[in-house]
Amino acid sequence: MLDKLQQLGAATIASVQGFGRAALMVLGALWGRPRFVKAWPLYIKQFYVVGVLSLLIIVVSGLFIGMVLALQGYTVLSKFGAEQMLGPLVALSLLRELGPVVTALLFAGRAGSALTAEIGLMKATEQLSGMEMMAVDPLRRVIAPRFWAGVVCMPLLALIFNAVGILGGHLVGVDWLGVDAGGYWSAMQANVDLHEDVLNGVIKSMVFAFLVTVIALHKGFDAVPTSEGISQATTQTVVTASLAVLGFDFVLTAVMFGG
Amino acid sequence: MGNTTAEPLVNIQNLTFRRGERVIYDDMSMQFRRGKVTAIMGPSGIGKTTLLRLIGGQLKPDSGHIWFDGVDIPALGRNDLYQARKKMSMLFQSGALFSDMSVFDNVAFPIREHTKLPEEIIRMMVLMKLEAVGLRGARDLMPGELSGGMARRAALARAIALDPQLIMYDEPFAGQDPISMGVIVRLIRSLNDALGLTSIVVSHDVNEVMSIADYVYVVAERRVIGHGTPQQLRVHESPLVQQFLQGLADGPVPFHFKAADYAGELMELKD
Repeated sequence: MLDKLQQLGAATIASVQGFGRAALMVLGALWGRPRFVKAWPLYIKQFYVVGVLSLLIIVVSGLFIGMVLALQGYTVLSKFGAEQMLGPLVALSLLRELGPVVTALLFAGRAGSALTAEIGLMKATEQLSGMEMMAVDPLRRVIAPRFWAGVVCMPLLALIFNAVGILGGHLVGVDWLGVDAGGYWSAMQANVDLHEDVLNGVIKSMVFAFLVTVIALHKGFDAVPTSEGISQATTQTVVTASLAVLGFDFVLTAVMFGG
Repeated sequence: MGNTTAEPLVNIQNLTFRRGERVIYDDMSMQFRRGKVTAIMGPSGIGKTTLLRLIGGQLKPDSGHIWFDGVDIPALGRNDLYQARKKMSMLFQSGALFSDMSVFDNVAFPIREHTKLPEEIIRMMVLMKLEAVGLRGARDLMPGELSGGMARRAALARAIALDPQLIMYDEPFAGQDPISMGVIVRLIRSLNDALGLTSIVVSHDVNEVMSIADYVYVVAERRVIGHGTPQQLRVHESPLVQQFLQGLADGPVPFHFKAADYAGELMELKD
């Protein structure tokens, strides 16, 4: 019993220490005047690696999720003769929930794990130490561009995911199952609110972007610099980030749409 | 603190460093004179690399002073430490080249980070440094395309890119074939003399170190067990120093890891 209690205490202390180190890392990376002028090629490169290269998986997943939503929604809606509500169903599911959440999960798997592995390997091969010894702060040089790339790109990816998903819903609902095209769009227009739905979704994905990016960077920066340590850190990034996204999604949903 | 040549560039006084419960260095002192190649030798696992990280300010000692060019490294704040680091450089065992940049960009990296020189001048500086290590022709290769010895030479070119006062070599000879070993031995000596550097070489390759060092410290058991010029060390009276220099398997450092009585343990198996 005491042993268990002690383990619980140790685990709690370790995770609080982890939070502290992650916060220090982010502060260290963002502290001081940003050097956008000198460092812009670094930023461009990270936006490309983190954002542009994630486009394919986001677009394909968005398309299929929109198509599935339309297919499933149609079966139920058609029983009540409410097929014209398919547009709002697809749009609201995507904007409020699936867009931000699924994008964050995919992003954690695609870009997050890559960030962790890259930074972990840079640590293991002494590149970060080497940079420090050359009087270049790895937090500003390595972490900061990746942080901004993740935080800026993920909400944009979520918006693209939503747009493609709605088109996928159109593809199945209108082109295949024969819902009226005008009805699909006009019902969507009438039922989707810019503030309530679109903006809240964007806020969600901004929170998720911060979570996933910081977790990925922190796990890489804190990795034990061995091959085993890096593989563990990469796994932890995906697991922790996914759980954090789902947990925060519940909280945010309760706050935004609950009352 | 003056900049006279008599003043050592690096002066370690009463350094104590612990890692958790384990004491790595206990009240150790060392001096590294300007313009000289000073070597630190010792069995593996005694924290020779740790010492370089202490000098570089990446680790903080538990007590003691590390004077570098008139400043006490452990007492420096972040900005002053970064200023001091611009005057020193370190050659890591792995080379630590940035794997996403070509050899040229690797060498240009510290120059681009710390100066606002136009690109033509940077190009000239980089080519000069690469020429010094014999890799001018390899400037467009990526680090992954270099052999181990070439990677270390490229890293050396990067280390001298900003003409530091101090250069620290972490096991520069480890894992090198005889030819590239010879090249690196010669480079350490000739760069030190041509550029007026002060060099610290951490290594356990006795012959190579004895051939280039002006002064040698032998470190074991948390302290300096012997120091002097290579000639003085060869006739040093300490049996531990002699065991290390001659590479004897048994001596004060036993061949066997601490274990229970051999015969007794074998008998136990039978029961």
